[in-house]
Amino acid sequence: MSIFITKDTTFIIQGITGREAVNLTRENLDYGAKIIGGVTPGRRGRDVYGVPVYDSVKQIAEAHGTPDGSIVSVPPRFTRDAVFEALENGIKLIVVVTENIPRGQVAQMVELANLRGARIIGPNCLGIISPDEAKMGGMGGPAANTRQAYTKGPVGVMSRSGGMTTEIASTLTAAGLGQSTCVSIGGDAIVGTTYAELMPYFEADSETKAIAIYSEPGGRMEAELAEWVKAHNSRLPIVAFMAGRFMDEMKGMRFGHAGTIVEGKEDTTSEKIERMEAAGISVAERIEEIPDLLRKRMTEAS
Amino acid sequence: MRFYEYESKALFRRHGMPLGEGQIVNSTAEARAAAEAIGGPIVVKSQVLSGGRMKAGAVQFADTPDEAAAKYDFVLPIEVGGETARSVLVEAKSPVAHEYFVSVTWDGRRKLPVLLFSDMGGIDIEEVAETHPEHLSRTHFSTILPLSERIAKEAISSVGVSGGDLNRLVPIVYRLMQVFLQYDLTLAEINPVAKLEDGSFIVLDGHVDMEAEARGDHKKLLAELGIGEDETRQARPPTEFELEGARLNAVDHRGVAGNVVEFDGNLGLIIGAGGGSLTLFDAVRKHGGKPANYCEIGGNPSVGKACNLTKLILGKPGVEKIAVMMNVVSNTRVDIVARGVIKGCLEAGKDPSKVITIFRIPGAWEDEGFKILEKYGVEYCDRSVSMYEAAGRAVAKL
Repeated sequence: MSIFITKDTTFIIQGITGREAVNLTRENLDYGAKIIGGVTPGRRGRDVYGVPVYDSVKQIAEAHGTPDGSIVSVPPRFTRDAVFEALENGIKLIVVVTENIPRGQVAQMVELANLRGARIIGPNCLGIISPDEAKMGGMGGPAANTRQAYTKGPVGVMSRSGGMTTEIASTLTAAGLGQSTCVSIGGDAIVGTTYAELMPYFEADSETKAIAIYSEPGGRMEAELAEWVKAHNSRLPIVAFMAGRFMDEMKGMRFGHAGTIVEGKEDTTSEKIERMEAAGISVAERIEEIPDLLRKRMTEAS
Repeated sequence: MRFYEYESKALFRRHGMPLGEGQIVNSTAEARAAAEAIGGPIVVKSQVLSGGRMKAGAVQFADTPDEAAAKYDFVLPIEVGGETARSVLVEAKSPVAHEYFVSVTWDGRRKLPVLLFSDMGGIDIEEVAETHPEHLSRTHFSTILPLSERIAKEAISSVGVSGGDLNRLVPIVYRLMQVFLQYDLTLAEINPVAKLEDGSFIVLDGHVDMEAEARGDHKKLLAELGIGEDETRQARPPTEFELEGARLNAVDHRGVAGNVVEFDGNLGLIIGAGGGSLTLFDAVRKHGGKPANYCEIGGNPSVGKACNLTKLILGKPGVEKIAVMMNVVSNTRVDIVARGVIKGCLEAGKDPSKVITIFRIPGAWEDEGFKILEKYGVEYCDRSVSMYEAAGRAVAKL
């Protein structure tokens, strides 16, 4: 199995006629996605690689039924409205690709999603992939490249970096370890779904036997994960990779993603590593150590 | 993006929050004139972005205009966290009866704004949280329900403040919450809000941080406060090299080849993307390498952008060689980056095979990219060589 998406998951793309969204449409269709429609206001009647374009989510729902999910790929100033539109039309899984959205607006999206019982992945992310099942987002790029990097198997991957998700999957694949589902959770200070919030889904997925995470300075997400693991006596061994160790000495400077900044002690990699290790999470020094650490931890667990 | 105290106060004043009389001054004569106009005891405060002003001696008190002028000269050269005064704020010194703390920030775990309030203001709030937790309240509030004074009332009353003080504090705290949401702030803090001996309340010191992503939405406010578009307001001001990097990245809208941060090593880095750059920078340092810069490539930049970035880095004094490395890419075309980097080397009068230590960008269009690199004799590798190993090869060539 996988989490969130399967071969049968239907979704739409909001902002489908944009340059990046057109590429996303092609790549996802080639990987087998069931994209039932796209939205760009004023473009009803057109199509993108055969996917019909509508003016609103409501029109798609009326024509084809409510889709399971939506990828939102619209400019930052229109993103909140697009996400609200998806939520108010009953869509329960929303991948927000757009970056540079002020966190006040992200908080509003998340709050409404919680009220509607829906889940947001992102913003500023590449989405979700369950190898050989489906992909929803830009993970891995063109389908051929995606198949080269991602293979089916026992490892769940969660990452604050979209690109590093592919690097890790590719490293796992080369070592003969496939992936159950990989989630690019987004690089912003506030994201729809954190590591700890993904854990129950992976816990419930019988295919997933271990977790690999990519992590960075900034925020409390690793502390939250460490607490979750301790409180729930998780069956899943976790191996983490921590990037940006040089930032510990560079307080107040922002690198990489919007959420990647060291403001207080809790933002530093050293503190995060300490917390994770105390919760039994193995921390790899290099990406290439992840497969062996996972194998070792899976053997111990079984 | 942090505001100076005087800018924060200007913002508070526009929203009807009570402030003492004060003036921003830029010369000894202006300091004396401001003190004369205010009359009575004076506070002279250096305007810096770093905390710890009081400890550094950059806040001084004066009783006469002459003394205020002397204190202006005194605080002006004092370094606070490596930073000297941008200008100096001369304010009336108010007779304080009690100090309160109020702050609004984001809680990334709850994904909501949180209002912090304490009746032990004027001191380090972390210390209050540790030693007197019952004197600090944390109240989360919704971003989709209409903002209401109820939240402020709950926050203030839950540390035991009641009576007239509660009713005078509510509007100040409520307005701070409004300002926080309206201007996309990541922090809005007043420490302290002071109750004066006459029973009135004023904002004595405060500061705000605005989210960089929201600057475009608040251009009018920023212009009115005199905050320049080129002011990054990071922990340190941008260097010439960094400003040039930002300028080159802005020449067209295709992808990113920028976010340059200057370091003082000899190995120029052309690296990406967001997470990949962090990983590779660590790897270079772990191998004992000395990066000349940090940067990020991503989102499929044009040949011209990659070329400009390469020239910028090769032109930096002290740079001997460069390394071109990324994680496995999804939407950046390897051949386009390869062409850009080689063009940059040639335009800078360098032999790509000598100056590029390693090219490690696996992913879409890699075969086309590798062909180009081969033609120019550049060492490259695919994903079978890890990011760490590639960084090691680069460092070994210096």
